[in-house]
This record gives sequence, structure tokens and C-alpha cells, in this order.
Amino acid sequence: MTQASTPTDKQETTPQFTGAEILIKCLHEEKVEFVFGYPGGAVLNIYDAIYQQDKFKHILVRHEQAALHAADAYSRSTGKVGIALVTSGPGATNAVTGIATAYMDSIPMVVISGQVPTHAIGEDAFQECDTVGITRPCVKHNFLIKDINDIAPVMKKAFHVAATGRPGPVLVDIPKDITATLEHFEYPKTLEMRSYNPITKGHSGQIKKALKLLAEAKRPMVYTGGGVVLGNASDELTQFLQSLGLPTTSTLMGLGGYPATDKQSLGMLGMHGTYEANMAMQECDVLLAVGARFDDRVIGNPEHFLSRPRTIIHIDIDPSSISKRVKIDVPIVGDVKSVLTDLNDLIKAEKPQQNTDALAEWMQQIEAWRAKKFSEFELDDKLIKPQQVIKTLHEVTKGDAFITSDVGQHQMWAAQYYPFDKPRRWINSGGLGTMGVGLPYAMGAQLAHPDAQVACITGEASIQMCIQELSTCQQFNLPIKVITLNNRYMGMVRQWQEFFYENRYSESYMDALPDFVKLAEAYGHVGMRITDPADVEGALKEAFSPKLKDRLVFMDFITDQSENVFPMVPNGKGLSEMITGKES
Amino acid sequence: MRHIISILMENEPGALSRVAGLFSARGYNIESLTVAATEDDTLSRMTIVTDGNDAVIEQIIKQLNKLIDVVKVLDLNDGKHIERELMLIKVKASSAHRDEMKRMCDIFRGRIIDVADNSFTIELTGSSNKLDAFIESLDNTAILETVRTGASGIGRGDRILKL
Repeated sequence: MTQASTPTDKQETTPQFTGAEILIKCLHEEKVEFVFGYPGGAVLNIYDAIYQQDKFKHILVRHEQAALHAADAYSRSTGKVGIALVTSGPGATNAVTGIATAYMDSIPMVVISGQVPTHAIGEDAFQECDTVGITRPCVKHNFLIKDINDIAPVMKKAFHVAATGRPGPVLVDIPKDITATLEHFEYPKTLEMRSYNPITKGHSGQIKKALKLLAEAKRPMVYTGGGVVLGNASDELTQFLQSLGLPTTSTLMGLGGYPATDKQSLGMLGMHGTYEANMAMQECDVLLAVGARFDDRVIGNPEHFLSRPRTIIHIDIDPSSISKRVKIDVPIVGDVKSVLTDLNDLIKAEKPQQNTDALAEWMQQIEAWRAKKFSEFELDDKLIKPQQVIKTLHEVTKGDAFITSDVGQHQMWAAQYYPFDKPRRWINSGGLGTMGVGLPYAMGAQLAHPDAQVACITGEASIQMCIQELSTCQQFNLPIKVITLNNRYMGMVRQWQEFFYENRYSESYMDALPDFVKLAEAYGHVGMRITDPADVEGALKEAFSPKLKDRLVFMDFITDQSENVFPMVPNGKGLSEMITGKES
Repeated sequence: MRHIISILMENEPGALSRVAGLFSARGYNIESLTVAATEDDTLSRMTIVTDGNDAVIEQIIKQLNKLIDVVKVLDLNDGKHIERELMLIKVKASSAHRDEMKRMCDIFRGRIIDVADNSFTIELTGSSNKLDAFIESLDNTAILETVRTGASGIGRGDRILKL
């Protein structure tokens, strides 16, 4: 008896998979290497599917917040999309801090959260929360999957939205019953979203105008930000700056976009930026902003900033960033890499005549500001200076390590005293300023770069927020070096209380600190306490020596409590109104 | 300045929430908001009346365009447009006032759509200014209840908002 091949025959032989398996297959299609997560009731089916596959590795953290941070740092240090998986209810709410942190810094991530079964939604079920509602203001976009056939197209959209245009975290909420039903799997080959089409190519007329203004400028300045790093435009930026010989400054998020050790780099600008960077930013006549958003930490008092007349050119992929805080004269909407490439091609073709005399005079003025050496600090033979620890770390690691940071004074000193020559080496929470990220960030960076040196610069207050991750580091053998600048205070809060609240140190001290050496050893790591300035270099060399290259080393540096971060642009003041700490 | 912004967006659950959330999170003012499906049932059209200077309105339009569900945004104030709003208003209409109320209704070209011993319900359409004027023209004590839809707008002639 012959059997004709009918469509129904084909359907019966094509395999069916559970929603959980389909979800995992989507991750395989997107070539995911790591999923950072923590199991729970709503995601049991998903975890069952993870157990039975081996294309990506699941990293079990000890708190969902750390899963988000680790996935975030995996993305920051590689440029790929970071993946996190959490359960419903408390799992999702624990993840919100990590999601908001990634959102503020525009980091591409796909966060999968379990949800109670579809029939239970809205009935106050066990571990139910309105994840889509709660995360709506702090994600680039989110989806609630209502049907098993939606899984593959939604996942494809999620990855696309996360990684394109201005990147950002995308959350996919998936109810438990959908992870159990069966369906065929087909991953969409193409994707069309009529409501989402980011502009990547800059307007050629605007680009020509920008180049003309920069060439004719008497005091040009280039201000770069996180967009250069996210847009992988470091090479194009370097070529651009060197062909025109322009001075440049970077925001906290853009460090490493242009080599900090090059003489054209004036260092970081802003509230704790260098004297020369802030003065040049204030006194320039033509300003080119590349992938930066004129944040309040950067420009200080907006009226003061605008009191000096200058022409401002702004290259940004997000049109809403342009003229949001400061009126822009020449806006260029586009991908930073693409626009800089166009600018470089134009420079090669037209060889624009620059105002060389004025430029030389301007560079001389900048050198005069630099010569004031307001970034220098004094050593002490009894107390460890935190700045000295950072400088020595830079020497010991040859300026080439992945440096993650928590938030506060130590973060600013890390940005000021560890010059970054490469992008994606400096990993910190700039926009949200989340304490606790340092250690999970180091985990993500170390997993992404198993052979690299990874150091977490932190404070004794910040490190306690996600200290449980020392266990994760032990489980996955992550030889991170934790550099704790222990001043027994929440340093940055104390500094503000000293300057603006007449030394009323309200709740900024750190009491009942653990013995960090014993704590590190309890987790199976190496602990060191350093109290003598003469021991700093030796301790760091030992931590980074071949003998300890497979061990996590927790270094508790007992530092000078009275140190403050300088220069500082106080709240409400302008960029040229810095307190330098060297006023006599 | 008062602006009418028309938004074409994906007809997905939560799309309204996203727009409302955007306005409240960034402190933009919503004077009124109305939304319904279009002739294409995959698309909704929302009309928001808001207030702000040029810089604020520019940011609002940009932030709306940034939303993934939003397909197209049009500031109707950029060109010639027509604006209409519907109001249902229940007014006191006991013996002495009945004729007067009917006269007011006729003057404003409204229609009485419900009649009771002591009240009329009037349906009135027109620009928001016209509806404001009608309310102002009545004695405060005469108004029992008002329900307004908020303004909807459409461009004149060739100004068409579509995909």
C-alpha cells in the first residue's frame, strides 16, 4: 500500500517541544554562552530543560541581584548581550536593581523571568507580582508571553531590541504553564518591526558642517562618553582625534574609549574630573560631544555651563538625548562608529585647513592648566593613601586588567588614578550608582575572560551588599582580586557631610565590621590585611603573582579616613568653580 | 503652549500604560487622553493634550518615538488641524428653567438626548473651547454632572497620519 506524503503526515513527524525547551533552543540560536540565574517554582520547567542541554553554562549566584549584575558585566566586557534568568515574585523584584542599573547605562541584556500560570495571573497567586508593570519604567522594552507560539518571535525581538539602536535591558515574562505545553519549534530567520527602526547613518550635510566648525575653531574640544564604548568606536575615535590633533576628555562611562596615557587626553571631566578637563570644557569655543549625554555629574550648573558662548555639535544614536539638557547647534543622529567613519573619510578626502596658530595657543593654555598638578596627592609613612593603592595596582597590572568598581570615593579614585587605554576594561555603575555591583561585575568579567587579570576595587561598605557572592566565586573558581579601600566610613557620604553638613556624620560610619580576612578564608579564599603603606606594593605583587593566580584574594587595605576626592565641582556650581583641595 | 499630539501605536495590551507611565515618570502634563482602535485593528490611535514650551514638547515627541510600541507620532499643532471633543452634560431642568436650558442647548448646537422631570442630558461636540464656554455660560448650580472625552484631532486635507 503506497502512502502519499501529505501535509498532515509531515506535521506529525516534526517533533514537538515544551515551551521551556523552545526557550532554551532560542538561546542556542542566539549563541548564548552563559546564563546567570537562580531557580524557583515558576522556572522549574526551564531549569529542567537547562539541565538536559550543554550548549551554554548556567552560573548559579546566591542572590538574583548578583545574577543581573554579573550578566551586565559579561555584556560590558564583551559587547555581547547578557542573559539572566530569575523566578517569579521575589526573584523578579530582587532583579529590579540590576535591571535599573543596566538601563541607566544602556547595557544590552535579555532578562527572563518566570511568572505564575496564565490562569492564575491577577489572582494574587503564590509568588506572583506584576513584573511587566514593575519593570516598565526601567527596561528598554518588556514582553509577557501569553501563547507558546509567541516564544520564538518574542525572543528574536528581545535580542534585536536589546542589542540595536541605543542598547538596553529587555525583559521577557513567561508563565509556568506555557513552559509545559507542547509545540513545534521554528526560529524566525528574519525580523521586521514597523515601530522600531533606529537610525544608524548620520546626515552627510550635518557631518560636513561639523567638520568645518571643528577645523575653523580656535579652541576646539572633544567630549566622549559611554556611547563610544557601546558603539565599539574606539578605533574610529582614535583615528579622528589624531588626524586633527584635538584635545579630548571622557566621562566616567567612556574611560578607555581613547587611550588615557596619550597626551591629547585630558582625563575624566565632571564633578570629580581633572582640573584641565573641566577648564578646557568650560573655555572651549567649539565642542564636539560623541556618545555622551550632558549628564548633571558632567556639566555642573547648566546656566553656568551655557554662560560661555560655544557652538555644540552632538553625535548620538538616541535622538531624545540631543537637546535634552543643553541646546545643541549641530545635531547628528546616528551610530557613533558609522558617523566617525564618515568624518574620517571626509577628513582624508578634503584635508581641511585647521586654525593651527590658535590651536597651538589653546594647547599651550591646556598645558598650563595641567601644570598646576591638582591631581597629585601626598604620601604618608603611617597611613595608607587610597590613591596610592590604585596607582600601585595600575603598575602591578601594567594598566591592562579588567577593573570593576563599586560606588563612592573608591570609584572616583579608581577612575582618576587607573588610566585606561582600552575600552571595556573599566566596568562600573555610572548612571544609577548602585552599591554592591563590584563583586558580581568582577564575576561576569572573569567568566567572559578566563585568562585575564580581574580586580574589583571596592569599599568596606559596598562590598558587604553582595558579599554572599564570594560563594559563587568559589564554586566557579574565579580568581578575582578584591581590593577593599577600608576607611571605616561610607566615604562619599562622609565627604559631603564634611563639606556641606558641617561634619555631622549621620549614619555614614561603618560599625561592627567583620574580620574580612577570616570571612574570605571562611569562603575558601585567601585573605590579606594591609595597614602599613610600605607593604602596599608587596601585597599587590603577591596577590597578582603566579602563586596566587588561581585564587581569589581579598585584600583589606586600612586607609586614611580623612582623605577626600578632589577636584570637586560642588552641587549648583559651574565646571570652572572646582574645589581643588589645594587652596591655601 | 497647549499641544495636541496624535500617536499611532501597536494595539497591544500595556501600550496605554507605557505612554501614561512615560508622562508621569518624566513629569509631563496630561490634560486629556483618548485612545481607540483604528480601521486597522493592529493599530491604536491615541490623542494626548499636553502643555509645555517648545523644548518640553520636543522632548515629549522624542520620548514617545523612543517607545518600542509607538509607530508614528504627529504634533497636530505643526499644521492646520481640526479638533473635536464630546461632552455629555446633565443639567437641572425643572419647570422654570426648562425653556432657558433648551435655548442654551440650541445656541450651542447641542442635542438633548435624555429627558426627565427635573433634568436634561445634553450631548455637545466641538472644540474644547466651545465646551468650556458652554459650561461657563451656565449657572454653577444648574450643572448636575459632566463627562468629557478629551480632545481628538485630525490634520486638514493632505495631512494624514498613517503607516
